Amino acid sequence: MLILGIESATQQVGCALGGHEGVLASAHSARGRRHAENIAPQVQFVTHQARVDLQDVGCVAVDLGPGLYTGLRVGISSAMAMAYALGVPMIGVSSLDLLAFAVRHTNRLIVAAIDARRSELFYAFYRQVPGGVQRVSDARVGTPDDLASELLATSEEVLLVGDGARRYSEEFDRLQKTDIAEQGLAHPSAASLVQLAHARALREEFVKPWDLKPIYLRVPDADINWSTR
Amino acid sequence: MTALESHQDAAAIVLGIETSCDETAAAVVSGPSDVLSSVISSQVDLHARYGGVVPEIASRAHVELLTPVVAQAVIEAGLGNHDVEAVAATAGPGLIGALLVGVSAAKSLALAWDVPFVAVNHLEAHLYSSFLEEPDLELPVVVLLVSGGHTLLVLMEAFGRYRLIGQTLDDAAGEAFDKVARFMDLGYPGGPVIDRLATTGDSEAVAFPRPMRNDGYNFSFSGLKTAVVKHVRAHPDHDVADIAASFQEAVVDVLVYKARKAAEEFGARGLCLAGGVAANSSLRERLLDACVSAGISGFLPSRSMCTDNAAMVAAAGWQRLQLDGPSPLDTGADPNLALPFV
Ligand SMILES: [Zn+2]
Repeated sequence: MLILGIESATQQVGCALGGHEGVLASAHSARGRRHAENIAPQVQFVTHQARVDLQDVGCVAVDLGPGLYTGLRVGISSAMAMAYALGVPMIGVSSLDLLAFAVRHTNRLIVAAIDARRSELFYAFYRQVPGGVQRVSDARVGTPDDLASELLATSEEVLLVGDGARRYSEEFDRLQKTDIAEQGLAHPSAASLVQLAHARALREEFVKPWDLKPIYLRVPDADINWSTR
Repeated sequence: MTALESHQDAAAIVLGIETSCDETAAAVVSGPSDVLSSVISSQVDLHARYGGVVPEIASRAHVELLTPVVAQAVIEAGLGNHDVEAVAATAGPGLIGALLVGVSAAKSLALAWDVPFVAVNHLEAHLYSSFLEEPDLELPVVVLLVSGGHTLLVLMEAFGRYRLIGQTLDDAAGEAFDKVARFMDLGYPGGPVIDRLATTGDSEAVAFPRPMRNDGYNFSFSGLKTAVVKHVRAHPDHDVADIAASFQEAVVDVLVYKARKAAEEFGARGLCLAGGVAANSSLRERLLDACVSAGISGFLPSRSMCTDNAAMVAAAGWQRLQLDGPSPLDTGADPNLALPFV
């Protein structure tokens, strides 16, 4: 099955096309927060590069977050409309899963951490399993200090991955047995999305476009103000 | 010629998408004015407890609601998935996060269906709402566009050719209704509440000021709001319905006076109302009276065409396709997008 993947959870935005033959084409850009401007041209680009017709796409995969809300919604809205218009099902994948998947070959404890702004991180813990990674904690939002304390409590070797880990690297560099993955792996990639979604497509883990829910991990601002008023 | 360009001349059936504020809407319009379907999912209940539109809540709701609303519009139009010939979406002005949801979805639909995408100015869309119900309106017309975000007097000389006559210098008319309603604890949105209350009040009970009434075509409502606040503080026991009626009368009086004067001065054949405040019953009545006494035709769109909807977006999209052709697929949204005036 041919899968179109759209990914826009961080300051990077990307698109990829692939299936059982692997990733056929991908495009990523990370400059100037141009998510809404770039996605449609990226979709055109990958279909031309892979020499496939959009009508041959059998499933649309999308990064559900957590991430930066406005950009995230641009990708999800684009993907839902695409799936509806093509009449195909969808697969939603978490941004943290995508980050951890990219470093699946380590046997250290993996911590995926995305910059959540406001001095916070979205993060979750993962372990290597055959063929990929498995999440072993809830995805949550917390300060770099919260995460550093959690890491202090573990005696394991840790590999941190994500733009959040890199932004607050000085917090984590102080810890022993803790490494931070390179800049090239700091954003979830649309290519990883297509690979992960393909495995789920084989298990037929599809949803309808209107059943997808973005992962926000925070209530909207106004809700917070209301409850403390 | 690309696939997109070859569709340009033939595009008759346009799907419109509107997500600039707190209505998630989709509609299908055939040609310039034949509305095949118009679906509006209002989020007003989600925002009511905050007394205003919360941008983050609006954006979240648009993502959730838009695809089902589009699907419903296509089905209600009696179309199959591949019968849409162009997709139009509001690209501004409005809430940036909300606009981006609609623009992104519209570009995906256009790509998947291999049809043109058209970016639409929300204000221009409002100008077309009258033509959806009265396609034979003769130009030029003066349009009084009054909503929670805008107060504009526009001379529409031709399709795509507009002259700005006047606009508010501070609060929009609808904003004044909201602020007065909030101050008087009447609830949200303020327009319908004050409209309802005013029917039982005396509009001459309090002589509120008519700001800038005899001063050009611009408007100012923030002083009027302050006058209401001062009056209520000085007379806490004054009947609420009387205050609501008197406030509404002051707003309507200025709006109608200037709209009529503009229509006469610029030789308009008609006067049209547009925008959410155009649902106000006193404004509708008084504007029609003014048109009759001035001997020009007045047109009041139905309430569902006054408030934000996607049929007007599709209609404006159809016009823009004829005038300019499709918009590029790297089009974004602009929260401050201005109407192109001559
Ligand atoms: Zn509007």
